[in-house]
Amino acid sequence: MAARKGAATANVSRDDLMKYYRDMLLIRRFEEKAGQLYGMGLIGGFCHLYIGQEAVVVGLEAAASEGDKRVTSYRDHGHMLACGMDPKGVMAELTGREGGYSRGKGGSMHMFSREKHFYGGHGIVGAQVPIGAGLAFADKYLGNDRVTFTYFGDGAANQGQVYETYNMAELWSLPVIFVIENNRYAMGTSVKRSTKSPSLWERGAAYGIPGEEVDGMDVLAVKAAGDKAVAHCRAGKGPYILEVMTYRYRGHSMSDPAKYRTRDEVQKIREERDAIEHVRQLLLTGKHASEDDLKTIDKETKEIVNASADFARESPEPDVAELWTDIYADA
Amino acid sequence: MATEILMPALSPTMEEGTLAKWLKKEGDTVAAGDIIAEIETDKATMEFEAVDEGILGRILIAEGTEGVKVNTPIAVMVEEGESVADAAPKTRTESGTKPEPEPSAKAEAPRTPAAPKPAARAPEPDWPEGTETRNQTVREALRDAMAEEMRREDTVFIMGEEVAEYQGAYKITQGLLDEFGARRVIDTPITEHGFAGLGVGAAFGGLRPIVEFMTFNFAMQAMDQIVNSAAKTLYMSGGQMGCPIVFRGPNGAAARVAAQHSQDYAAWYASIPGLKVAMPYSASDAKGLLKSAIRDPNPVIFLENEILYGKSFEVPVLEDFTVPFGKARIWREGRDVTLVSWGIGMTYALEAAKKLATEGISAEVIDLRTLRPIDYETVLDSLRKTNRCVTVEEGFPVGSISNHLSAVIMREAFDWLDAPVLNCTGKDVPMPYAANLEKHALVTTDEVVAAAKQVCYR
Ligand SMILES: Cc1ncc(C[n+]2csc(CCOP(=O)(O)OP(=O)(O)O)c2C)c(N)n1
Ligand SMILES: [Mg+2]
Repeated sequence: MAARKGAATANVSRDDLMKYYRDMLLIRRFEEKAGQLYGMGLIGGFCHLYIGQEAVVVGLEAAASEGDKRVTSYRDHGHMLACGMDPKGVMAELTGREGGYSRGKGGSMHMFSREKHFYGGHGIVGAQVPIGAGLAFADKYLGNDRVTFTYFGDGAANQGQVYETYNMAELWSLPVIFVIENNRYAMGTSVKRSTKSPSLWERGAAYGIPGEEVDGMDVLAVKAAGDKAVAHCRAGKGPYILEVMTYRYRGHSMSDPAKYRTRDEVQKIREERDAIEHVRQLLLTGKHASEDDLKTIDKETKEIVNASADFARESPEPDVAELWTDIYADA
Repeated sequence: MATEILMPALSPTMEEGTLAKWLKKEGDTVAAGDIIAEIETDKATMEFEAVDEGILGRILIAEGTEGVKVNTPIAVMVEEGESVADAAPKTRTESGTKPEPEPSAKAEAPRTPAAPKPAARAPEPDWPEGTETRNQTVREALRDAMAEEMRREDTVFIMGEEVAEYQGAYKITQGLLDEFGARRVIDTPITEHGFAGLGVGAAFGGLRPIVEFMTFNFAMQAMDQIVNSAAKTLYMSGGQMGCPIVFRGPNGAAARVAAQHSQDYAAWYASIPGLKVAMPYSASDAKGLLKSAIRDPNPVIFLENEILYGKSFEVPVLEDFTVPFGKARIWREGRDVTLVSWGIGMTYALEAAKKLATEGISAEVIDLRTLRPIDYETVLDSLRKTNRCVTVEEGFPVGSISNHLSAVIMREAFDWLDAPVLNCTGKDVPMPYAANLEKHALVTTDEVVAAAKQVCYR
């Protein structure tokens, strides 16, 4: 594991490190299991795995407080687990069963939880960005100090509605953090092939929105940047942009052969930059945990994931009558 | 403990695949994440990774085997020290789906007096008798149509997301970048409203753009440019400024991709004066209509279907084969009832006609092929012969093409009708993700059969 520069490790507690480790590992194991269930035909349609990007949501959730909101794209399993949604309910939605968060009607890309302030799961690239600003608008209007984390990809960053949103968000000082998860590719198109902007966060400058680039493979760096962005928003100073540099290890979705990048490129990042391995080393070298402690966490995580998969297989299919429910709210 | 490795599903529409290559041999040690085989799906060749570590005990399906069904055991993994003989393949049962309930009981329809029956128009073939044909998928036919038109005319170019280097998200533009280069096969950023508008400008400027939407669900981002700019400018400019552009891509439901990715927009576009709309079913129509669309001086919405992409049909081997807009095709002649459909709906219409034949009902099946213009005459002629009509459409029921056809038939041929026209459509609900609900949301062959019997009072 290559040494990292700049990561502030001094004032991080053992408990925090252990929590990051657990949370990131849960996402990774959950996603591996989802990939397996897809291969068995238990999950259908599009399924976008978050493997490699775990530090982004885990770091930012560590910077969030109760009541803060989040909204993201179809690559949403990690966000849901990180904000405390039940792995069983998420997995059962992936298998399209009654026990899923949307009772089987939304699937992998469309899941929601009012309780955890998770506003989806959106299948249309870029569409969640103005929605995130709208959530922040509601909080400001209602006079509370909540912030909204609005996640989108490097590819989504080229959608026009993102810039319409930037303008309104700054104009009205909305408490929204725009999190660009730059994983270098939008499907098969690398960032270099879709824009000549040297950086995506700097586009905010045209609207007066501050921001910064963050190392998304370092959960501590993400947490630190998140704290700063949250403080900016809560102080009533308007939106903030975090361009989090990350990497997805798997194909875009389950049906992507990923021929647009080399296996070496993926392998190199896995070996040298893996976010979970990073925290694992911090725990071991800082004598916060022993190999055995970590093995226990691995085992517990596997158990949680296996239980979610069992639940997702055993939960019945939704009742056929569900076809006709939830189209309109009762007046 | 020995575990089976099953043939994986590697795309939303994959039911079977080819085991192209084993990258590990029997006896090899495998780590989680190692690539053990290459599998060809309906879309691409995928690398298949091991989920767990172990030893590849036995290969059950030899490389090169085609048509391996998803979930078939393809190999057995054993653990260190375990013999391959222990690797007795087990059979697995996955949670099954319940049988579909019968469609609801039919309502009695009012009778109207029978009218004289005119002789039906003989269906014209699309190509001269004796023309050589070859079997092609819809996917290949679409690609060939674009390639032929691009060879013919330098102003034709294609742009869209992943059309060039990735060879198309659904592989419709396979090989085009190699042949025509980056000047004419252009990858765009994800900015549908932007590139649709840019295409409209390029068309005003003298080019003939083909704009691919990865799917038509994403064309909603571009709706304003399609409707307000492309469709209306000729009219607003007093005929000066036409917009020869083709917007194409898959439309309608694929498999299990849920509400935001499963919608049939045919009725939306067909309601706009100034647009032309094609929605082919077969490979020959896909080819012939796309070539006509590219040559058309108007904006054309070309609605394809992901599930049909891999389906094969006979396509004529001709130097320049085109199919005109506004001419329906009679797929099957019949006496008792007319089934009218287009696009994927034809799958249900043709299946229903087959079933009806076994019950002694002779159904005529008409494929409209284009929805603007619509070949009303062929439908009306058929109806005057059968006196009964059922439409089959994947889209939502309210404000559907089916509703429109019913109105036209009622106005033009009321006296020939022996029963009300019935519409079989998708259900009036957003598309659910769950497998069992999705089946119910879509129109089914059984519903078409039931409707046909209902109008025949059987
Ligand atoms: C409006 C729209 N256009 C196209 C698509 C198809 N599509 C789905 S994901 C994707 C790539 C998005 O890449 P990025 O924003 O970088 O997010 P990532 O998948 O890397 O998380 C595309 C083109 C879509 N869902 N919506
Ligand atoms: Mg990306």
